[in-house]
Amino acid sequence: MTSVQLAQASNAAVYATMVTLALAMVFFAASFASGRRRAPVAAPSAPAVEGVGGTAVITRPPVAVDLPREPGRRAANIAMSLTWLSFATLLVGVVLRGVWAGRAPWGNMYEFSITAALGILGVFLFMSITRDLRWLGLFIVLPTLLTLGMAVTVLYTEAAQLVPALKSYWLVIHVAAAIICAGAFTLAAATAGLSLVRGRAERVQGTLDVAGWTARLPTSERLQVLTNRVVAFSFPLWTFAVVAGAIWAENAWGRYWGWDPKETWAFITWVVFAAYLHARSTAGWRGSRASWIAIAGWLSFLVNYFGVNFFVNSLHSYAGV
Amino acid sequence: MTATSEEALAGLPEDRPLPPLGSVGLLRWMWRQLTSMRTALILLFLLAVASVPGSVLPQRGNNPLRVDQWLEENPATGPLLDRLGFFDVYASAWFAAVYLLLFISLIGCVLPRIRVHAKAMRAAPPQAPRRMSRMPTATEFTTDVEPAAVLASAEEYLRSRRWRVRVGETATEDSTWVAAEKGYARETGNLVFHLSLLFVLLAVAVGGLLGWKGNVIVREGSGFSNTLTQYDAWGGGRFVDPAALAPFSFRLDRFAVDFERGDAQRGAPLLFEADVAYREEPTAEPVETTIAVNHPLDVDGAKVFLVGHGYAPRLVVRDSTGAVVFDDTVVFLPQDGNFTSTGVVKVPDSTPSLGLNGLFLPTAALTEELGPHSTFPAPDYPAVFLSAFSGDLGMDEGAPQSVYTLDTSRMTQLGLESLIPGDTWTLPDGAGTVEFTGFERWASFQIAHDPGKELALLASVAAILGLMLSLFVRRRRLWVKVAAADGGGTLVQVAALGRTESADLTDDVAVLADHLGGPAGDRRSAT
Repeated sequence: MTSVQLAQASNAAVYATMVTLALAMVFFAASFASGRRRAPVAAPSAPAVEGVGGTAVITRPPVAVDLPREPGRRAANIAMSLTWLSFATLLVGVVLRGVWAGRAPWGNMYEFSITAALGILGVFLFMSITRDLRWLGLFIVLPTLLTLGMAVTVLYTEAAQLVPALKSYWLVIHVAAAIICAGAFTLAAATAGLSLVRGRAERVQGTLDVAGWTARLPTSERLQVLTNRVVAFSFPLWTFAVVAGAIWAENAWGRYWGWDPKETWAFITWVVFAAYLHARSTAGWRGSRASWIAIAGWLSFLVNYFGVNFFVNSLHSYAGV
Repeated sequence: MTATSEEALAGLPEDRPLPPLGSVGLLRWMWRQLTSMRTALILLFLLAVASVPGSVLPQRGNNPLRVDQWLEENPATGPLLDRLGFFDVYASAWFAAVYLLLFISLIGCVLPRIRVHAKAMRAAPPQAPRRMSRMPTATEFTTDVEPAAVLASAEEYLRSRRWRVRVGETATEDSTWVAAEKGYARETGNLVFHLSLLFVLLAVAVGGLLGWKGNVIVREGSGFSNTLTQYDAWGGGRFVDPAALAPFSFRLDRFAVDFERGDAQRGAPLLFEADVAYREEPTAEPVETTIAVNHPLDVDGAKVFLVGHGYAPRLVVRDSTGAVVFDDTVVFLPQDGNFTSTGVVKVPDSTPSLGLNGLFLPTAALTEELGPHSTFPAPDYPAVFLSAFSGDLGMDEGAPQSVYTLDTSRMTQLGLESLIPGDTWTLPDGAGTVEFTGFERWASFQIAHDPGKELALLASVAAILGLMLSLFVRRRRLWVKVAAADGGGTLVQVAALGRTESADLTDDVAVLADHLGGPAGDRRSAT
């Protein structure tokens, strides 16, 4: 393929992804809507907290929920298939972009963004292999679609060679870790937000067996546990991304830490998620407060990703934004 | 600061049953744990919030010029913020207060936990609970195997999988049991992580006190030797002797640069490379090498980084008699991405003294709105725009002057001219001539020595490993209890207790029960 064909193919793949994702979103939404019309099937939810020995709080592992006749299930299955398809087409788009540029496709904000979208879908689909996450799909597809939309409209740049500061194998290591974290943090924020919504429904209705669209979600307790797992997975990875960035900075700029705005916000994100993990172990903080902290962590990641590049003078502001 | 309510258990002697909740000592102990944890949480929030202003306001450490500019533009709030340290946030007293308090809280929490964990590491697992079915995960079945054989099999199985095993017998009944515990690495990792953070702080302190950093601009063909007077800017820690810097030197032979010429990201740099010859000692043989971005030069404990570049036009100034009074390249500083550069020439040796304020444009263009400016960073159409002054340069008063600014308060302007290489400008009033003969490039280097960075790296790696252990290892207990079944055979009970949040032990119990001859359990995991 010629370079022009490669460029066109990459862009076409990204646009195709947006179409399939939009379809997936419609089907995920339809699945929710059909759940609302009929009475929700009660999920057998075991009491989540049990006192043992007076001091230990043990979470009883909830029974896996499998609801064969669940309304909207077919729509959700179609949506999941479309999400897999979107992941595949986006992967093609990102790879072709790399082939076109002749390097890792992480040279500017457009390329970061399509790869971050791939990261969000990737982490979600990876986690959906071992557990039923169809209820989460809508809340994953939406931010992915927004990211891609922003990439193709505001951030689009033609592929160019890397500026010298980016010519390093640390680009691959540091950015890959950060991109997986982008996906995981988004997932954690989605489950944390849903746990707040679901928790509110549980409080208002006074039962774990809620009516309304939140009936389709797992219990707020389970959502919190899931959020915790995702953060526990991504926090060491984020630490690694920051340390890898520091090693690279030492090699490129002569200092491993210089409080450049990007570094500062990476640090803030790290501290907020550290606070989240501590909150999960602090009485009175484990529930909705911890969920808010997880959302705050994701927001500070977004500030780092978009805010620093657009509004602040930073060493991390590169050509093509 | 990382005690979970479950892990608070770790503080109890492991070989005794848990004391009742009413125990005052336990409550006090837990209360202390919870309060310190809450304190740590608040301090973490404070740290996050305290970090924000430094990313919004310009900082002295990164960009002192923009701080001055900010102060000029905000005369009302600027000085107040300056006094409060908002332009040097990460060196301010209040920022230090937050992180030092956090580290004190960390030490106060981690030290006692080290003692507790050291004890737990040596303790045997607790005996089997009286009622196994009350454990979060439990199963039971009957088998024909003898009770003793079941226990022996369980013990062997658990030991082979590196569980800590305790075999015991309850006093009251004729049943016997095996208790096992695993996942001590979780707390080990947790402690390693927190201690590593202390070492990161230590490494930063070492770098701050024993490290130094300097910047220097070197023109092509010129050299640099590592002494304080050669630096344009230099800063060192409290314990650095500036007179005893490593005696290396280097010479910039050639500086290569290339820019993107395509439409996408036009003008973006593609390559910077400085070919240098360096000597570790003044008497050593020079070694040729290339310094590029991401490829610093390691020499004698210091690292030489290429951080910037620019142009140095060569100007020859002759006085009214035609005698050469100035002949050198002059470093001009780039002002924008297309290397519109400004510089100053001072000629004190002519009478009266001459001064030139100049613009160097690698690709010159002149428009009404922008005036003279450069449209591309490479020297496609180089030109200088000069403004000549004569009078008193003010250099005899002893006050240090910047080589990049011209004090024209006691000078009179002679005129303006634009020159391309080879042009000569005859100054009015017989003041002499200025010839623009060509240009060279210069490169700016940052030279840094940070003796703390290896420790910082080591501590960071330890922190990540500790973190992974503390988040991925599950601390859990397993018990197997055997008794004679009512209808003959052996009743085997298997139960498990997770000591960490949301531990799903269905698998552990099912696999062990399976191994002991029970029915294969439901191994599907939830969540």
